Amino acid sequence: MKVAFFADVHANLEALQACRTHAREHGAERLAFLGDLVGYGADPDAVVDLAAAEVERGALAVRGNHDDAAVSGDSGFMHETAGKVVAWTRARLTGGQRAFLADLPLVAREGPLLLAHASPERPGEWIYVTDPRRAAHAMDAAGDASWVFCGHVHEPVLYTAGAARPVPFRPVPGIAIPVAPRRRWLAIAGSTGQPRDGNTAACYAMLDTDRATLTFLRVPYDWRAAAEKIRAAGLPESLARRLERGE
Amino acid sequence: MAARLEPGTTIDGFRIEAPLHAGGMAILYAVSGPDTGFPLLMKVPRLGHGEPVESVVSFEIEQTVLSALRGPHVPRLVAAGDLARQPYLVMEHVHGRLLKEWAERAPVPPAEVAALGGAVATALHALHLQGAIHLDLKPSNVILRPGGEAVLIDLGLAHHAHYPDLLAEELRGPIGSAPYIAPEQVMGVRWDPRSDVFALGAILYELATGRLPFGSPATRGALRQRLWRDPVPPRAVVPAVPEWLQEIVLRCLEPDARDRYPSAAQVAFDLANPEQVCVGARGRRTRRDGPLAVLRRRVRAAGFEPGEGPGPAARLAGPSVVLVALATQRPDDAQLDALREAVGRMRGAAGDLRFACVTVIRPVPQLGGAGEEDSATGQRIKHLVFLRHWAEPLGLSPGRISFHVIEAAEPADAILRYARTNQVDHIVIGAPPRDVPLRGMLGTVQSTVSPEAAPEPMQLLRLLGTVSTKVAAEAPCSVTIVRPRRSPP
Repeated sequence: MKVAFFADVHANLEALQACRTHAREHGAERLAFLGDLVGYGADPDAVVDLAAAEVERGALAVRGNHDDAAVSGDSGFMHETAGKVVAWTRARLTGGQRAFLADLPLVAREGPLLLAHASPERPGEWIYVTDPRRAAHAMDAAGDASWVFCGHVHEPVLYTAGAARPVPFRPVPGIAIPVAPRRRWLAIAGSTGQPRDGNTAACYAMLDTDRATLTFLRVPYDWRAAAEKIRAAGLPESLARRLERGE
Repeated sequence: MAARLEPGTTIDGFRIEAPLHAGGMAILYAVSGPDTGFPLLMKVPRLGHGEPVESVVSFEIEQTVLSALRGPHVPRLVAAGDLARQPYLVMEHVHGRLLKEWAERAPVPPAEVAALGGAVATALHALHLQGAIHLDLKPSNVILRPGGEAVLIDLGLAHHAHYPDLLAEELRGPIGSAPYIAPEQVMGVRWDPRSDVFALGAILYELATGRLPFGSPATRGALRQRLWRDPVPPRAVVPAVPEWLQEIVLRCLEPDARDRYPSAAQVAFDLANPEQVCVGARGRRTRRDGPLAVLRRRVRAAGFEPGEGPGPAARLAGPSVVLVALATQRPDDAQLDALREAVGRMRGAAGDLRFACVTVIRPVPQLGGAGEEDSATGQRIKHLVFLRHWAEPLGLSPGRISFHVIEAAEPADAILRYARTNQVDHIVIGAPPRDVPLRGMLGTVQSTVSPEAAPEPMQLLRLLGTVSTKVAAEAPCSVTIVRPRRSPP
């Protein structure tokens, strides 16, 4: 079965729709959301509705720190720009949408799959997996799961655990990488709604569980429309510019 | 899964016919199976208790890399068995002779070293272009097909830019074959295609002299010596080795990868064009470096820091050869200036491109002709002088530009053949005359009158028009067609 993973959508409806369409056209039978559905972008309500409908149909989803903040209204740990958006987002969401986010688990496990927004090591602390040491801890915390998927860090990276420390691998978009389940793998899918590696195209990852291959993908989307919505909503200009530059 | 498979056993539709070879990491069997049009072998890794751990990773790597590679320079992968159930790889059973046979009766004559080395360099370049690095190149891993084409086998230690490097992750020390492993590989670097260029240099050295440039060191400390200790120059071992060959061998064996050939294609080019090799101090060296030079390198080696690998976007095969086609028999000044300007821009854009200036002249009969000037040699020299003069304003160092006068009746075919055999990456050629841009393309010029009978302007037109369009249509690489700017009316 092919599973498509969307991380850090950040209320970017255009990016999510483009990736979902792409994933379906390429045979995705199941979707998974790796947290931070909201924050930064101008369409938190539409994105949450879309995700909720997919979860209803069997999609997997976990909660991210921005989702958490939008529910609680507590942006104490965030930088100023993100904090401003939290209040705006919270006001845009209905009680039902907030309840959907609040009910999402921090970690989801299903067979050889484990999903978490940040490192599964102390998941409520939102630890960034930015280096091999963090990746090793994350995989240790994931127990015997072969395929660990995370977000939180916006650039796509793949780690695998062997005898020594894991080595980060920057995936080439569109290449199916063999990920034999007898090894342990940690994939950071890359941000769907706010890519930061200098490429404006949205990121997502597709796991083929039968063939045991993982493909990282980039999908061009209408970032002009998404950026204009951010400006029209009166959200910080820097958030619109980020989408225009992919950084 | 270390048990031998008996002939007659069938695995996933493949029937074991006979054991071929029992190596340290795997056992090979001849197998028959679904008709693929070529003979098959099955490679079964030695896994399980008491077998080397690396063989599991090597098995995974070979499967991944082989399935990603195309072309005649690696065995074609047909099927793979799952590691958990029955691990095996079924691939093309390449028939030919191992390069080891030549190595065992080395020294072999320089021309043969060049031909064999050129075949290996061409195969390496094909791998590098596809994003792979072999990293275990040695004479027992090269098969020469009856036609002379080299096939690189045993990709269990290879690196491919598209896939995570499972060996880098397992790394406990240098992995490779001691006599051929590059210095940076000794230090754990597994992303540099120039490591293969070093191994190629060690093979060339072995073929030319019958000796290994660095022996077969058994300890890590002894392996490290190649970071600073240069080998005995090949000519000091076998005086019959020409300077050009020594120049090529020692440049491949430079301890610092930046001092080696930037790509295997350039090694192939030099091996195919010995008269164009720019022989410098390396080629003329008669003994190893003195203690001071060695000490200097040793100090540098002590500070060796394995750098970060290049991103996947980096072009692994490195910079290469640009063919500049010049019509010296019918020179057109505006066209020649435009070509020089185009080459000048390319030279500025990429630092280590190499330019091969090629002209094709009509075959000159060896006998006949009134004077020295009309003789074949005289004609060749005249065109060579023309090419050199054309290139002078570019100010390229001798190692970066070469000149070739080819005698052939069909210029386009000659240029294409040259581009294929010399791994040319880019061809720069003059455009057909502006007023008849389509004539050449459509081939209409030849339709009414025989070319020889055609009036002079028609002959010229046919020559210029068809050459560039044919080259553009059939070239194995990019082609830039250069046209002089139209002068203001």
